Amino acid sequence: MIDYWPLIGIALVVAGFALKLNPMLVVTASAIVTGLIAGMGPAEVISTFGKAFNDNRIIAIVWIVLPVIGLLERFGLQQRAAAMIRSLRNATTGRLLILYLLYRQVTAAIGLHSTAGHPQTVRPLVAPMALAAAEKQHGELSEEDAEEVKAYAAATDNVGLFFGEDIFFAIGSIVLIQQTLVTYGYNLAPLELALWAIPSAIAAFVIHSIRMLMLDRRLARTSR
Amino acid sequence: MIGVDSLYVLAGAMFAAFALLSALDGSHSKRFGNAAFWGLMALSLLGGDAIGDFGNGLLVLGLAGLAGFGLIGRSNPATTSLAEREESSQRLGNRLFLPALIIPVTALLGTLAYNYTPLGAAGWIEAKRETYVFLGLGVLLAIGAMFAWLRPPAIAPLQEGRRLIDAIGWAAVLPQMLASLGVLFAAAGVGDAIGALTRMVIPDGSIFLTVAVFGLGMAIFTMVMGNAFAAFPVMAAAIGVPLLIKQYGGDPAVVGAIGMLAGFCGTLMTPMAANFNLVPAALLELKDQYGVIRAQIATALPLLAINIVLIYVAAFR
Repeated sequence: MIDYWPLIGIALVVAGFALKLNPMLVVTASAIVTGLIAGMGPAEVISTFGKAFNDNRIIAIVWIVLPVIGLLERFGLQQRAAAMIRSLRNATTGRLLILYLLYRQVTAAIGLHSTAGHPQTVRPLVAPMALAAAEKQHGELSEEDAEEVKAYAAATDNVGLFFGEDIFFAIGSIVLIQQTLVTYGYNLAPLELALWAIPSAIAAFVIHSIRMLMLDRRLARTSR
Repeated sequence: MIGVDSLYVLAGAMFAAFALLSALDGSHSKRFGNAAFWGLMALSLLGGDAIGDFGNGLLVLGLAGLAGFGLIGRSNPATTSLAEREESSQRLGNRLFLPALIIPVTALLGTLAYNYTPLGAAGWIEAKRETYVFLGLGVLLAIGAMFAWLRPPAIAPLQEGRRLIDAIGWAAVLPQMLASLGVLFAAAGVGDAIGALTRMVIPDGSIFLTVAVFGLGMAIFTMVMGNAFAAFPVMAAAIGVPLLIKQYGGDPAVVGAIGMLAGFCGTLMTPMAANFNLVPAALLELKDQYGVIRAQIATALPLLAINIVLIYVAAFR
């Protein structure tokens, strides 16, 4: 008999996010409720949560780039990135982001996925460049358009990463697929799995690129 | 051997400095809240292994309380004005990109050199962690280069870093919280319950519909858990292996590889994947915290459909 009670923890998270309550509280409340439902005592729930947090500290490492990014901003890096784009005659937001998408997919595909990212490249370089390209083409941007361009810069980084990294055979998700299937008696080579990531990577590039070009056209319409 | 522990020390020292500078910031209305919040992060990174599981649990409750009850906020440490930045950008020209490229180039060349030249043969870096180590080295090199060239005030990197981390706020810690929530979900048997629910909706006899339920299930379960890694073993056990591979004879490599990518389409559409979707919204100072997700949905949905068709075509060829 399957126990469905643990799904209450998920319902709490969905409701909390939908109501836009503070996610830190939502997640903590859900963790405690889920642990109690699973039959743990209060102290055991807190210990389990604490151990998991400690085991995942590597996630916090990326923030060590912030002092460098802040220092560069102090000396005008965002303004420089914008000025460089203004000097390129044919730069548009869409073309620029397509180029970044390709760069992100290719570097992720050869195992260099941690070398770019939102703090390292999007905030200091890609977002200001995308904004400058949009302003160069279409004049002053409305607040909504500027928000959209920045959101697309971040989205492009994600799409490039997700649909590039699995082509690299020594990445966590490939290992996980391989390990899961081994338990059922299917022993696959990681390279075989990585090859099957290529069709989806191409599809992701095509779909997202089309949307970038549509963004160019939409900006042209709204800002004139 | 250099490993992640050295990076924890580096990051922990940085957060400790943020905490101290917050406490000393007389112009900040929530200075002690911020000091406590970044102080707890410093404690976690520097002493997480020493304070025990329960101690870490209390630390997390402290972080959640400070963030959840609005006790932390943005700060305004002294920095340059927009006009000064324009002037500095004109004066320094494109050379300003060089220090910006030190971090990615160090991480890139370091990783390549470590893996493909005799440099790595001695094994002086913890296995699989070399990119992080070179990332940390790149940070130190970049700061050194900026000091040698531009001579900012000595405290500037930490104050500028604090300006950015306070703009991100609790979103900087949320990904780690969600990863921990996933551990509790797994312990409580959430995966088994979802797997059982999915099996109920499987249509009998149609390979295509079974593939569609598998792909959609990967995406939806990933959206719920915020992570395709949590969804894959569950969906493989519920549908992928027993039905697609065993009963219908699908190619396991295709079912596994593209099934995971169908899950990644879900990652693009959920606030649960905070480090990809909510953190950049904070980092880019977007008004709408779901702005990045909105920009991704129209890529994710057609791509999910294509992945489902790809599994159907390639696994049963």
